[in-house]
Amino acid sequence: MSQTIEATQPRQKKALISSGAQQRLLAFASLIVLLIVFSIASPNFMQTSNMIAILQATSVNGVLAVAATLVIITGGIDLSVGTMMTFTAVMTGVVLTYLGMPLPLGVVTAIATGAFCGFCSGTFIAKMKIPPFIATLGMMLILKGLSLVISGTRPIYFNDTPGFDLISRGSLIGEIIPALPIPNGVLILFIVAIAASYVLSNTVLGRYTFALGSNEEAVRLSGVNTDRWKMAVYALAGGIVGIGGLLIASRLNSAQPALGLGYELEAIAAVVIGGTSLSGGRGTILGTLIGALIMAVLTNGLRVLSVAQEWQTVVTGVIIILAVYADMLRRRKV
Amino acid sequence: MLSRRTLIGAISALGLLAASPAAQAEEMFIPLISKGFQHQFWQAVKAGADQAAEEFGVKVTFEGPDNETMVDKQIDMLAAALANKPSAIGFAALDSQAAIPLLKQAQEAGIPVVAFDSGVDSDIPVTTATTDNLAAAGLAADKMAEMIGGSGKVAVVAHDQTSRTGIDRRDGFLNQMKEKYPNIEVVSVQYGDGDQLKSTEVAKAIITANPDLKGIFGTNEGSAIGVVNAVRETGTEGLVVIGYDSGTAQKEAIMDGTMAGAITQNPVGIGYETVKAAVAATKGEDLPKVIDTGFYWYDKSNMDDPKIAAVLYD
Repeated sequence: MSQTIEATQPRQKKALISSGAQQRLLAFASLIVLLIVFSIASPNFMQTSNMIAILQATSVNGVLAVAATLVIITGGIDLSVGTMMTFTAVMTGVVLTYLGMPLPLGVVTAIATGAFCGFCSGTFIAKMKIPPFIATLGMMLILKGLSLVISGTRPIYFNDTPGFDLISRGSLIGEIIPALPIPNGVLILFIVAIAASYVLSNTVLGRYTFALGSNEEAVRLSGVNTDRWKMAVYALAGGIVGIGGLLIASRLNSAQPALGLGYELEAIAAVVIGGTSLSGGRGTILGTLIGALIMAVLTNGLRVLSVAQEWQTVVTGVIIILAVYADMLRRRKV
Repeated sequence: MLSRRTLIGAISALGLLAASPAAQAEEMFIPLISKGFQHQFWQAVKAGADQAAEEFGVKVTFEGPDNETMVDKQIDMLAAALANKPSAIGFAALDSQAAIPLLKQAQEAGIPVVAFDSGVDSDIPVTTATTDNLAAAGLAADKMAEMIGGSGKVAVVAHDQTSRTGIDRRDGFLNQMKEKYPNIEVVSVQYGDGDQLKSTEVAKAIITANPDLKGIFGTNEGSAIGVVNAVRETGTEGLVVIGYDSGTAQKEAIMDGTMAGAITQNPVGIGYETVKAAVAATKGEDLPKVIDTGFYWYDKSNMDDPKIAAVLYD
């Protein structure tokens, strides 16, 4: 067992450093270029309040993208992250507003609900052998429906839970450095990213995540229970989505049951722009974070420039295609 | 090599974009953040806003999320609009509560907020440009009374009992009937959530329960289409159906005679009045709490009238 891992690992690592680093550099350079171009084009772009607005806009998509990265590295896909986020928010609403439980229990609910949903997706995929695209598509619809059923299609407000809106809107950093009121939501995104990054590079789970994506068959033949590890990855991703659910609910001070469709595609776009391969086995959290920032900077910048909304959409599409094209070219070269 | 090529491409693309629209002149800048963008109704609101922008010589942008569930996207749009230091802002909230922190920020920065369409549930906006739904539904009642000859039984299929528009349209119709037409009895008011299928079932039940029913009023597009479906499915004849708003299905029902006519709001007027009020607000002029943007009755006879055709959407 350990032999195979050692055998696949060096090749893996080498590829990660050379091509992964290159793509990350490319993505990071694009981010800087975008920031510079927008700053030159509009004097209103580069102000603290707008930078914070961009970070704030990144927080939810960023967390979802981190979750999606884990799943995509295994060679899978998770189309349910958007509606799962909503579902965890609704469940939090049920616990905090309907049942009147204390705040920490709401936080636990969100993460546990997400982890459970992820575990279900993982079971469909690993045990029932349903392709990830279909399994998570089904999950996406199930969770969307359940959110509407449980909430009665009405938003659930968190007015009775003091402090709930501070999870996302408050600013611990701002209390220490008043000039830098970075919202907690952004802080949480970075903590989640660092934790996920640690798991990927320093734990057994992380190593199997990459191994599953590069050659699942080989891993299984060497006697590893791949099903179990796959389910673990989906459950972990689900737990992270739960944190995303908390962030959006806190930011809106409500669980909006109809929201969520389309968010999975934005998360996947961030992952891909960040250089993670959709065919699995390769990817980084830092790349994803940069990808999510690029999306947010692009959207915000085009708005600040008052580009017509139709064209904003076109430009975003062009950027995604450019990013993936760059990835393709580089892989052909490797 | 590759990265250089990609970067050059990205830079030139952005350079082009940056060059065209970023005319940061001293002209007044008023962004409108709406509840939607792609829907024909919102495009009509945008057309009205553009018209006013030209007339008053101000710069107007119009943005809205892809659908009415994307509350957080709308908040991001509002944040970006505020970053641009606008002279005033037009805003139609998807969820008023979620927008409060940013609206307060606007208030502190001295940026007047003009609410439009369903408005903002807060006292921050200086005014709200919207349809007077009470009066519009009252007009529907007048038309209904006229067509059924001033007496008989009628019913209402409403879209919901909690939203402002749902309550106002229902009450506007009921009050008018009670005050002006004592011989007309409203036998039933039921709710179909604006969902076509649900409204169909609701209307069918009403028709079955009241064989001598003379008319039904559907309070929004989905409700009205539901009533039309019910009339078709049950094969009922001689029932006066009155709808609200437009859309292809409703327009067709009016053309083929299933529906007698409908009330249309004036989305162009909503956009126009919002910008006009925003300009007035920046000059410190006093504004009424609510600006009525108008509504029209339309039927087979006047659907092609340019004034009506301009406010109808498919």
